[in-house]
Amino acid sequence: MIHPKIDPMHLDILKEIGNIGAAHAATSLSLLLDKRIEMHVPKAEMITFNETMNLLGVPDEVVVGIYLRLEGDLEGNMFYVLPIEQANRFIRRLLKNKRFDLRTDVSELGLSAMQEIGNILSGAYLSALSDFLQLKVCSTVPGLAIDMFGAIISLGLIEISRVSDYVIVIHTSISEEGKEDSGMTGRFLLLPSPESFNVIFKALGVR
Amino acid sequence: MGVAKPPDTIRTSGLGSCVGVVLYDETKKVAGLVHIMLPDSSLSRSETPNIAKFADTGIKGLEEMLLKEGAQKCRLKAKIAGGAQMFQFSSSKEIMRIGQRNVEAVKRVLKELGIPIIAEDTGGSSGRTIEFNPATGKLMIRTVNQGVNEI
Repeated sequence: MIHPKIDPMHLDILKEIGNIGAAHAATSLSLLLDKRIEMHVPKAEMITFNETMNLLGVPDEVVVGIYLRLEGDLEGNMFYVLPIEQANRFIRRLLKNKRFDLRTDVSELGLSAMQEIGNILSGAYLSALSDFLQLKVCSTVPGLAIDMFGAIISLGLIEISRVSDYVIVIHTSISEEGKEDSGMTGRFLLLPSPESFNVIFKALGVR
Repeated sequence: MGVAKPPDTIRTSGLGSCVGVVLYDETKKVAGLVHIMLPDSSLSRSETPNIAKFADTGIKGLEEMLLKEGAQKCRLKAKIAGGAQMFQFSSSKEIMRIGQRNVEAVKRVLKELGIPIIAEDTGGSSGRTIEFNPATGKLMIRTVNQGVNEI
């Protein structure tokens, strides 16, 4: 077992990180779209690779995925995944084009709007994280893919697979107000590298 | 890693940079599938590595499983799919090229074992769901943009 010291208290702390990050991201999204955004109860769990692939139900569920690699004091992978229809709603609002559809519209404009939403949200999440932990957290420019959830998330498992068959996933979902039951939820998934847990706990003075 | 005999098929969903390797014996009608995440077991930093994840140990492990199921080594053939690059980055980090490295490693290991590759659908930037039918020897590949394809 690679994470011998992870107990429920540690998971609670990690959950708080997801909470703080996603709250800032939700605020940014709300400002960007001029819309109320709700945040849901965060979760931090240690799960198998298989369970990770099945987080959305089936691994071949098609989603919009934004991916960033974290570098600096804290290393790992972060994803913002959302249903295509939810992404469409955001892009339509941003571009003031009611008919925009990522499935049929291949214009660069829509993709770049989505990329920008990903950029802003992940930036808000990470800067909140960085402030809270007093650590330097940098990231790559976010990449965008519209594809099977499993194919996207597995990128976050590859490095971890060198040391373990388990991964700690910190996930939080946000949605437009009143839309949380319609399947229109975007999720932030933070997968810190195994070495980064000690960095996080040390930064917070936890053993 | 698993094996299947007719009427069962064997599948794996949502392959990104991972490579799905199918080994099969057409005469005996038995097939196995392993899901490769990393090119080589020397990359492992675990004391008890899961051999199925690495190209070298995973393919050899699958070959052994199939031989135990009655497959003949000289009749084994391979079909492979996956190894996509899901995100385009300018970053020079090796991890970004992991799909391509996985494919190269799989081919090298199959060559070492003398198992011919009958068909492949590798690279690109799309996720794949694959399903192999041991009765027909066909590998069905589904992607989001190109629909279903059989090799």
